[in-house]
Amino acid sequence: MNYRTLLFIPGNNPGMLQSSDILGADGIIIDLEDAVALTEKDAARILVREYLLTFKPEGNYFIRINPLDSPYFYDDLEAIKDLDITGLVLPKASVESMAALEDYLDKNDLDFEVIALIENAMGLETALDIVRASKRIVGLFLGAEDLTLDLGAKRTKESKEIEYARSKIIAAAKAAGIQALDTPFTDTDDLEGLKIDTRNAKDLGMTGKTVISPRHVDIINQVFTPTQKEIDYALRVVEGVKGAKEKGLGAFSLEGKMIDAPIIKRALNVLKTSGDYKEEYDELLE
Amino acid sequence: MNYLSSTDLRTVKVLEQAEFPSKVNARNKVVEDTAKLIKELGIKDNAVLSFHHHLRNGDYVLNTIMKEVQRQGIKGITLVASSLFPIHAEMIPLLEDGTIENIVTSYISGDLGRAISYGKLKGKIIMQSHGGRARSILNGEIEIDVAFIASPSADAHGNISGVNGHNTCGTLGYAIADSLKAKKVVAVTDALVEYPNYPADITEDYVDYVLVIDCIGRKEGIVSGTTRVTRDPVGLKIAKDTLKVMEATGLLKEGFSYQSGAGGISLAVTAFLKEYMIENNIKGSFASGGITGHLTQMLEEGLFSALFDVQCFDLESIESLKRNPNHIRMSASQYGNPEVSAVVDKLDFVILGATEIDVNFNVNVTSGADGVLMGGSGGHQDTAAGSKVSIIVSKLFSSRIPVIKDRVDVITTPGTTVDVLVTERGICVNPLRTDLIEAFKEAKLEIVDIKELKEYSESIMGKAKPIEKTDRIIGLSQYRDGSIIDYIYEVKR
Amino acid sequence: MVERKLEIKKMATAGSLESNDILIMISKGEGKIDIELESVVEKQFGEDIKKVIHDTLVEEGITDAKVIAKDKGALDFTIRARVRACVKRGVEN
Repeated sequence: MNYRTLLFIPGNNPGMLQSSDILGADGIIIDLEDAVALTEKDAARILVREYLLTFKPEGNYFIRINPLDSPYFYDDLEAIKDLDITGLVLPKASVESMAALEDYLDKNDLDFEVIALIENAMGLETALDIVRASKRIVGLFLGAEDLTLDLGAKRTKESKEIEYARSKIIAAAKAAGIQALDTPFTDTDDLEGLKIDTRNAKDLGMTGKTVISPRHVDIINQVFTPTQKEIDYALRVVEGVKGAKEKGLGAFSLEGKMIDAPIIKRALNVLKTSGDYKEEYDELLE
Repeated sequence: MNYLSSTDLRTVKVLEQAEFPSKVNARNKVVEDTAKLIKELGIKDNAVLSFHHHLRNGDYVLNTIMKEVQRQGIKGITLVASSLFPIHAEMIPLLEDGTIENIVTSYISGDLGRAISYGKLKGKIIMQSHGGRARSILNGEIEIDVAFIASPSADAHGNISGVNGHNTCGTLGYAIADSLKAKKVVAVTDALVEYPNYPADITEDYVDYVLVIDCIGRKEGIVSGTTRVTRDPVGLKIAKDTLKVMEATGLLKEGFSYQSGAGGISLAVTAFLKEYMIENNIKGSFASGGITGHLTQMLEEGLFSALFDVQCFDLESIESLKRNPNHIRMSASQYGNPEVSAVVDKLDFVILGATEIDVNFNVNVTSGADGVLMGGSGGHQDTAAGSKVSIIVSKLFSSRIPVIKDRVDVITTPGTTVDVLVTERGICVNPLRTDLIEAFKEAKLEIVDIKELKEYSESIMGKAKPIEKTDRIIGLSQYRDGSIIDYIYEVKR
Repeated sequence: MVERKLEIKKMATAGSLESNDILIMISKGEGKIDIELESVVEKQFGEDIKKVIHDTLVEEGITDAKVIAKDKGALDFTIRARVRACVKRGVEN
């Protein structure tokens, strides 16, 4: 599953939790970390459990636990290990914290997906090692607010200061064949700015974006959804490859252009995002 | 005298020179003493007095006049007020001492409604729609003795304007029928202006007195600075789905007409609709009802050709009414009177709220979750009946208040005129509208049976305990055509 | 299943007065469970809410407590969660 949008829902807010499944996001991240006050960590864990056990919401639910260097890391894991969720988001990801998480998940025989939140300089520079430390990782997620703080960079709407970080995350994610997830856009009212920021991230190679305002979900989904023209072209490429394979041809051309592996890969990515992907396409790249 | 029927014109008397008329000596209409005026009007026990609600929760006029009526010991008044607000809670003692015996209104909120629900009114309360009220006044079903018309401005001859003065409220659409039919009409104002006061909503030929008082109302209660589109994500989701519903009907095209309430979700529908119209290059014919700045902006941008305005909700709409000739004043009769041709009959879409809706699509906006009077039809019945597609927007469970019931507490709008319900967890279509069900299927718009949605909501919240009522009927929910569609019972304390 | 029996040792609160939430205050009881409820939906759901509070307390092993609850339209899952959190806080030393 390619998550175009992962929407944050504060873990201690019953009103938000009970409507989290209707907000149109591809995935939900229930937050036990920053959105929950230190005095309410215990109450939030219990509330999230009750919510998930009672509502059994459809869709992809992740839980952002507290970081390894906090006193809540293992308490969070203990509280959610038996829940039917898609996965976990590990904040302040490092090789060490990822290893600790993997160790816990192994010991408890859990097959959660893991998304690593890269939000400091060390995490960024060791992103690929963090990916390698996990069998369960499905995405790298750039947390630009904390990262720029760590870098001593000024956070701006234009986001020039995170271009390197975005590219680095994208490269590491693509090298490992997992998702590159962009930092949320924090100005809830600036919908034009959101569009520009999301397009920039997508053009660099991000495959999805995290979201802190439900009002942002539709716009981001739209940016990350291929146009009908792109889908039609991708389908023609795929049909072409199938035909060429049947005829035993190594390469072929479509509409006057040589179709090689990168173009096929791109076409398959488009179909994955649009939901038109079929399992039989798996062998097209072999 | 009908001279045309005289067979012999010689029998017609002609004035002598001495009897010839003198120059007009205009009667002075201006009065400054409320008590004196009430006496002069000769208001007797059981009189019928009317008021309009354009000053909404900022209105001082009704309280001022009725307290004077009380001081003069007049009893058994039938109060015909187009709506009543929390500020009118001052009338509760007048229910108790019998000054006010019956109430006829289209909307009631606040402690006065509560007091009536708990049985304080000695007579009856009749809940009407806006169009139904105009009908009943114009066709003589209700005979008004004196109409007291809160007037943001009036000149000495009684030309009343809602856009001049300091406590402006814009159009006076709800007071027009009263001014046409009441035996006596009093303009009550705190801004006596030079003649001529124009544009006049009600002209001097219908006005008998101009009562000048210190203050007709408080500004904050009259208009809201801005009416706000909801920011609540659930409300926005409902609004987005409502637009999808509108699109799927096939009626959302060049020249369509539209009305929505001023609630947060309804305003969000208007905001999404605006984007849609710009994107798809569609221009509407008209929007109607209570008007907000959101609609006047759309008028300015050429997205609608005209606005029919029965009531201005904010300062922006008052300004627009003043200067934009395509922003048109509309009386409650032109708006929704079922006995004449009315604007609602030309509506394609109306977006409405609901406190409760039942499995037969009957809607209650008259009483609240606790069974107490806290609303009323307003234009709900009129627009639902007239429009091609009436859409109810509501949250399925907000703060554990269930919206779908087996039977609503009080039927305000009959389900036979309600077409679609949009909630955050499903869209329901009235089974009577097989055409819509077909159209939605074609548009691949998923719909759900209202009974199923009710069961789902009850599985989450449990079934609400029915509200305890006594067996005393305190009033009637009247349909716009004058028929009665439900009883209103006293609520048990 | 082992019968748990726990004792409220100190006053504790959990939840909030936000819409869709409930504020639970718990303290030592007088030999039984005693619930005082104030709710925006008291007429429709008052009895149901008290039952959820009571049953959750029993499930948590509490049979002696005084509870004051101020409800802002919480659904059952929230009521259960707030009661559990409150008990957890109240039984700690």
